[in-house]
Amino acid sequence: MSMQQTEIAAASPAVNDAGMSPLHKMIFLVLLAFLLVLPFVVYPVFAMKIMCFALFAAAFNLLLGFGGLLSFGHAAYFGGASYVAAHAAKVWGLTPELSVLCGAAAAAFLGLVIGALSIRRQGIYFAMVTLAFAQMVYFFALQVPFTGGEDGIQSVPRGKLFGLISLENNISLYFFVLALTFAGILFLYRVVHSPFGQVLKAIRENEPRAISLGYNVNRYKLIVFVLSATFAGLAGAIKSQVFQLASLTDVHWAMSGEVVLMTLLGGMGTVFGPLLGAAIIVTMQNYLATFGAWVTIIQGVIFVIGVLLFREGIIGVISRWLKRPL
Amino acid sequence: MGQLLLGLINGAFYAILSLGLAVIFGLLNIINFAHGALYMAGAFVAWMLLNYVGIGYWPALILSPLIVGAFGILLERTMMSRLYKLDHLYGLLLTFGLALIIQGLFRNYYGISGLPYQIPSQLSGGQNLGFMFLPNYRGWVVVASVVVCFGTWFMIEKTRLGAYLRAATENPALVGAFGVNVPLLITLTYGFGVGLAGFAGVLAAPIYSVNPNMGADLIIVVFAVVVIGGMGSILGAIVTGYMLGIVEGLTRVFYPEGSAVVIFVIMAIVLLIKPEGLFGKEAR
Repeated sequence: MSMQQTEIAAASPAVNDAGMSPLHKMIFLVLLAFLLVLPFVVYPVFAMKIMCFALFAAAFNLLLGFGGLLSFGHAAYFGGASYVAAHAAKVWGLTPELSVLCGAAAAAFLGLVIGALSIRRQGIYFAMVTLAFAQMVYFFALQVPFTGGEDGIQSVPRGKLFGLISLENNISLYFFVLALTFAGILFLYRVVHSPFGQVLKAIRENEPRAISLGYNVNRYKLIVFVLSATFAGLAGAIKSQVFQLASLTDVHWAMSGEVVLMTLLGGMGTVFGPLLGAAIIVTMQNYLATFGAWVTIIQGVIFVIGVLLFREGIIGVISRWLKRPL
Repeated sequence: MGQLLLGLINGAFYAILSLGLAVIFGLLNIINFAHGALYMAGAFVAWMLLNYVGIGYWPALILSPLIVGAFGILLERTMMSRLYKLDHLYGLLLTFGLALIIQGLFRNYYGISGLPYQIPSQLSGGQNLGFMFLPNYRGWVVVASVVVCFGTWFMIEKTRLGAYLRAATENPALVGAFGVNVPLLITLTYGFGVGLAGFAGVLAAPIYSVNPNMGADLIIVVFAVVVIGGMGSILGAIVTGYMLGIVEGLTRVFYPEGSAVVIFVIMAIVLLIKPEGLFGKEAR
């Protein structure tokens, strides 16, 4: 066991279980300051969209970057939760914070069922199994009445936070979204830098050895899968509140591909990579929206270039220059 | 009965596509996400040959897979060959990117409404079999797919070339030491596997309209088929393909709402009972 731990410690010298490294703390603070000013500079809905996808990508990165599991079906949790949250807000009339929690809980349950089945296969099969289950969720969403089929759930009310504060105003909604996504990302950071996260890395690096050290590998894999699904769901639930819409786009396999792309572009296995990747991809989609199919083509090209030449991602490269984990 | 035939036809496409995936995976250790896109490209090439050059169905049935196969060889040489030493997952991500590009390009130039492709005149009409009406073309699709699938099986299991291929799957370094050009074998295998997808595309063109999205949803079902069957055996991939097509057709008769998800449900059950797949040898 000691050998395993020294190896991990050697691989990431700045990581300290007791708390955040000063560099990371500084980056998070700068990021928070930036986000506090952002809604007064750019259109708040656009900024909220970036934050939702940043949380989504961070949750996905927990699974891929730190757990070493490539799920090609994360749209199921993102989109599934957005349907449940929209339904809770519109039909059950719940307050925003409860609707969002309902969505995340639904994603956790979905993650538990799909995860328990998927971790029975490894590597490339795991990716195919998660993709196939996500497609099943998609067909389910297409057919059952409560999702509204092709129309989705439209004009979801934003409601009043705790029944008191109206979120109809974009700025007040923005701070609600900021609080939730930022807290989510910090929580994921904490998970990665906990003893649990260290075991995850051990499993990623050498699964047979982790087993021989007595770790119940499958339980760790399932827990990280459920955590990842839950936070992906939280992101999707928030998105349905921001856009007042839950639609098939969010459960489609293309969405699963997008989150992989964000993580790959930013740098998988880095803390800040997925956040940057999400910001870049969402911004790109925003400015290229008028070009229609070209967005897909450009995403494909980024994938190909990323895989062939640029596997560390943007933050990965910067991190190598600075010789510090980011 | 009609639904059963429809199921058999879907099964024919599942079989050809999962066969191609299995052959490619065996040698390249890459799951070819672009398979669906190349199937779609096969249908489009047939349509283009007809509308731009005036080449009809029968020559296209040969030419289109060759063109798609050549394109696949180009992709393999320029891109995939760089990834063999890395984790398999990068191969999946690369081919996913390629699929996005190919689909995006066709969607950009041909829209998403779909283009018609006529059934060749020799195969129009149908036979009344007494208990059901069999359109000639659909009968032909089933026959052609069976011939191609078992031809491939024969080539891999019974010929010298197939023996090289199986040996290279087991131990490429050793086969190379015996003087076989393994990189060339890998390239040709990818070209062949992709050519199979192109062939399926041409077969599908007159049945379904030629549409940039035709491959995208199909490939995910084929992935499920591959997980159910396991990629250990060629015959397993073929049999699972037909079997699941028929099961899907039967579900459409008895419980139509479930037909879209039945294959995924079967996949879940197989994962619970026999995680390595029906014909799988070991979990990779």
